[in-house]
Amino acid sequence: MKLPKTRYKKKYTVDDLIYNFFANISGLTIFSFQFIKSLIVPPYEIKEIKKHMDELGVKTFPIVSLTGIVIGIVLTLQSMPIMEKFGASDFLPGMVAISVIRELGPMITALIFAGRVSSGIGAELGSMRVTEQIDAMEVSAINPFKYLVVTRVTATTLILPILTIYVIFIALFGSYFSLILSENMSFQYFTDTVLKAIKFGDFVPGVAKTILFGYIIGIVGAYKGYTAEGGTEGVGKASTSSVVYASVLLLLVDVALVKITLVLWPTI
Amino acid sequence: MANDLIKISNLSKRFDKLVVLDDVSLSVTQGENLVVFGQSGTGKSVLLKCFIGLLKPEKGEILYKNQKLLDLTIKELNEIRKKLGFLFQGAALYDSMSVRENLEFPLKRHFDLSQTEVDEKVSSTLSLVSLEGAIDKMPSELSGGMKKRIGLARAIITDPELMLYDEPTTGLDPITAKEISKLILDLQKKLSMTSMVVTHDLICAKIIADRAIFLSNGKIVFEGNIEELSKSNDPFLMNFYSDELID
Repeated sequence: MKLPKTRYKKKYTVDDLIYNFFANISGLTIFSFQFIKSLIVPPYEIKEIKKHMDELGVKTFPIVSLTGIVIGIVLTLQSMPIMEKFGASDFLPGMVAISVIRELGPMITALIFAGRVSSGIGAELGSMRVTEQIDAMEVSAINPFKYLVVTRVTATTLILPILTIYVIFIALFGSYFSLILSENMSFQYFTDTVLKAIKFGDFVPGVAKTILFGYIIGIVGAYKGYTAEGGTEGVGKASTSSVVYASVLLLLVDVALVKITLVLWPTI
Repeated sequence: MANDLIKISNLSKRFDKLVVLDDVSLSVTQGENLVVFGQSGTGKSVLLKCFIGLLKPEKGEILYKNQKLLDLTIKELNEIRKKLGFLFQGAALYDSMSVRENLEFPLKRHFDLSQTEVDEKVSSTLSLVSLEGAIDKMPSELSGGMKKRIGLARAIITDPELMLYDEPTTGLDPITAKEISKLILDLQKKLSMTSMVVTHDLICAKIIADRAIFLSNGKIVFEGNIEELSKSNDPFLMNFYSDELID
């Protein structure tokens, strides 16, 4: 796999930045094709994938739990006065549910996951690259791409939808919690309102797009780490640029996916 | 020669405009310890990396047991790599794995062994490098010399027929450097391996080398044994082993 080299300088000109942007995009594309090719060829490294799902995913539960509950509480408290003003307080749980399920839950979980996991993968693989651990694997006749990249990217792709569903439920719990305190709303009334407001079609595109988000987060971190150079400074750059590139790509892909969803399911 | 294990012909490698290897030709016979000598940055490590397939040279031919390595597919190259051991300059231990896992890793990947057989092999290899006690330590808990020994243990655990050493004594104190050099020689005798050692450490070379070549500016400027090297009147070579700076 021959990847385009980015320009590595102390001071970058606009020309260098444009060159590096396109070099990164074409590098990521080649890296993605290699990922798909390696994914379908055995061995499948199931044990490693499970290990990474635990390390990268399960350990993210505390931070996304906190984020989820805060989204639910804040969104409910912020929306309450406006909804009351329009005499639409009864629709508040439904409005929160639709916002969280369609957009806020998937996007915020993905951004938190990118911050924690993409940088982690970038730093770990970057460190392995500059200390010749990846070369050591290669000369031992072990495919480092398969063992290090494919396992991590598969793990992030599989774990993010699970995390997102969990965050959605936690956010709804946060919303219910704030409604108990302010409105003394019953659980039955809350769930009835939420279930009436949301359709299955709200849920599917919201959660399905997190499969792609999980892939982006994994592949960007892995690409930046795998191609790191320049010693410890390079590892730091791989880590930070992983988060930046992953977050920008997530936002751009999200805009495109929202547009596609609205075209395919205009009633949603 | 007929019993050449490695034959490198007219190998050239450059990074952008910088020529690192310029028409290098050498051979290593079965059972021999060849030391590749030279200053830092003269292409010694690049030579090893071209041989093992980590770098692709622009020109030349590399034969291993009469097989052209540069023409092989990655699958065919990996079959050859399984028979080779490589000790990296910084040992390159997998830092997320314990010493035991580092040693088990190539065994479990390439051989169909039971856990008992793997355990026995790991413990016997660790005893060869006198580090049985470090089996459950993590690489971050090891000293520089211990890391080199464990790196060596990981490289020889698959019983390679050829060992490649990239600066095995760099960064070590003189006593540990001598210990590692003697260990390399002992292992080579015990396991009947062929070795190619890249170093700039004269003491290491004196202990290990059957034959030495000297690289300067990407070219071979000397080939012979260490005694011949130390008797050379070439000012450049004299500078390498003399205590004084010779103009």
